[in-house]
Amino acid sequence: MKNLLVLGATSGISRAYIDLVASRFEKIVLVARSGDKLTQLAAHISASSGAQTEAIIADLADSEKHSALLSEVLAKAGSVDCVLISYGVLTDQSRCAEDVSYAMEQFNLNGSSTISLSLRFAQQMAKQGGGMLAVVGSVAGDRGRRSNYCYGAAKSAVESFLAGLRSDMQKHNVHVLTIKPGFVDTPMTSDLKKGALWASADKVAADIDSAIQKKKNVLYTPWFWRYIMLVIKSIPEFIFKKLPL
Amino acid sequence: MSDSWGNLYRSNQSRVVIDWRSDPVSVQENLLAIGNRRSYGDVCINDGGTVIDMSGLNKFISLDVQNGVLRCEAGVTLWQIARLVVPDGWFLPVTPGTGFVTVGGAVANDVHGKNHHAVGSFGCFVQKFGLRRSQDGEITCSKDENPELFSATIGGLGLTGTIIWVELSLKKITHSLMAVESIAYDSYDEFLSLSEQSEKTHEYCVSWIDCLNSSGRGVFFRAEHGTQGALSDSLGDSARTVPAIVGAGFPLVNQVSLRLFNYFYMRSHAGTRMYNESIAKFFYPLDSLLNWNRIYGRKGFYQFQCVVPFESASVLTKILAKISADKQGSFLSVLKTMGQIASPAMLSFCRPGVTLALDFPNRGSRTIKLLSELEKMVVEAGGAIYPAKDAAMSADTFENSFPRISEFTSYIDPAYTSTFWRRVKSV
Repeated sequence: MKNLLVLGATSGISRAYIDLVASRFEKIVLVARSGDKLTQLAAHISASSGAQTEAIIADLADSEKHSALLSEVLAKAGSVDCVLISYGVLTDQSRCAEDVSYAMEQFNLNGSSTISLSLRFAQQMAKQGGGMLAVVGSVAGDRGRRSNYCYGAAKSAVESFLAGLRSDMQKHNVHVLTIKPGFVDTPMTSDLKKGALWASADKVAADIDSAIQKKKNVLYTPWFWRYIMLVIKSIPEFIFKKLPL
Repeated sequence: MSDSWGNLYRSNQSRVVIDWRSDPVSVQENLLAIGNRRSYGDVCINDGGTVIDMSGLNKFISLDVQNGVLRCEAGVTLWQIARLVVPDGWFLPVTPGTGFVTVGGAVANDVHGKNHHAVGSFGCFVQKFGLRRSQDGEITCSKDENPELFSATIGGLGLTGTIIWVELSLKKITHSLMAVESIAYDSYDEFLSLSEQSEKTHEYCVSWIDCLNSSGRGVFFRAEHGTQGALSDSLGDSARTVPAIVGAGFPLVNQVSLRLFNYFYMRSHAGTRMYNESIAKFFYPLDSLLNWNRIYGRKGFYQFQCVVPFESASVLTKILAKISADKQGSFLSVLKTMGQIASPAMLSFCRPGVTLALDFPNRGSRTIKLLSELEKMVVEAGGAIYPAKDAAMSADTFENSFPRISEFTSYIDPAYTSTFWRRVKSV
């Protein structure tokens, strides 16, 4: 793989993944909302690896502009070989109850816009004859829970979509990886209290790297979340609805 | 989890995080920027206030491979730098015994390494840095620009503002392996003469001393960057973790384990040996054991590091005799000489003389009593105690051993403070 495209390049997981793999790519295209952060990140990548970088400022939540974004990426990089989609906001569930338009905005940001990008870039890679699409979902997508079901529903939508896309894209040699991190210590979660289940962004990045190499379909990271979520998914609904989860 | 390496504190401080150089900090008072919290005592603690966690601000900014000049954010660790620059034929000009410290912390504590006698302290290689002050915003400090704040901030224990980025000159190397020689010695005098000889021929000198044996026996190490090992080779960095369960229980360091360790350490280093060693193994022997501080158990430990001038260096034999009579002390006790090269720092701990460093498991008042007796001996000899390691020295000792303290005080940012500073400031 020659080119890496990172949508949401300034997120904690993206940064850790780029640090790990930058020297393996010729060109890295970084997309994020803040031009200032992109400049800082691009300087870091060129100082710490031989990779050439291109930065594109874009609000990824705005799906109407995704087509133009694709053209800009192609103009800067020629083609895309590996795409990592990793952006989002931890939705404030209690605010959703009072503010439905906030809830829908969040659903668009964490859900619909990611689906739009996945579709566009998967189709582009299909046109090129193959590629790797890796998308960060969340273990929260496995079951709607009282404490964060707006966030969970958006991630769940993305993951259902990716499952279908994976199967659809097989014939085009485009591999789709669904990444389901548990609690990760990143800027997105800096206000939360950390405990034993928390993992570093570096650990998650290393898992993503190995899942991409091995062409895994669904990655739980760290691995134990697969079993935690298995238990959570198997609780009967009549009990589950009473649990303060 | 404690807030500094010695595991002595359960402080109550709020934390804000900076991940980008442009990130604002909304809190305006009672602040302290901290890095990876590798200081042993309370210089990296601000109980009752706010700490600005800089460990996520760890991006490189630029690397001039031709001239060996690196600019990076304050939260970058020395190990991150070593991994980046060694393949290009550069190394840190000065490094302490762990690569986990951040550049910001290395500046703020004006750290030193095994080559102090040859090149001086970390501050000698700092070209410039960006300092965020509560009143003036971010300013650049160097020998030419804001020179007073430059000198106050190096070794300034984080009290002059937040260091955002640092520009550092690197040291040229041609191979990745260190050529090391170890020489067993039987007395403190023998250590002094070995130091005197070796300093002329070797860039790196350090020695391990058996703190339980009053004769002052130990092992002297001298080394140079060698002529073996490709620069592209791995620096050797596989790490193991001491499980948390060890830290939750009783200390593993006691008289029996200490005697056994010292006996086997002396035996395995008998006579004189020459060998090649990786950069990681030579400079950062303990970094392969993550959280080694847990071996001291739940109550944590104190580290004591002092420097005494050459003319009164004989006091160290008394200090060592006192420690061995008290049957306290640690696996790794380090003795080394410091050279004449002065740091730009107003508050540098580094000064010509002999420095001794060792740990003491926290045994409450018994340990405090020993530390205060040692402190008294250091002060009488005209020496100083290292703030980065300290959790016990008195305000008088601090004031008497850092002669430029009143000059320094005028450069403190009024929005910044620390638990250490509140403990040692006399007014």
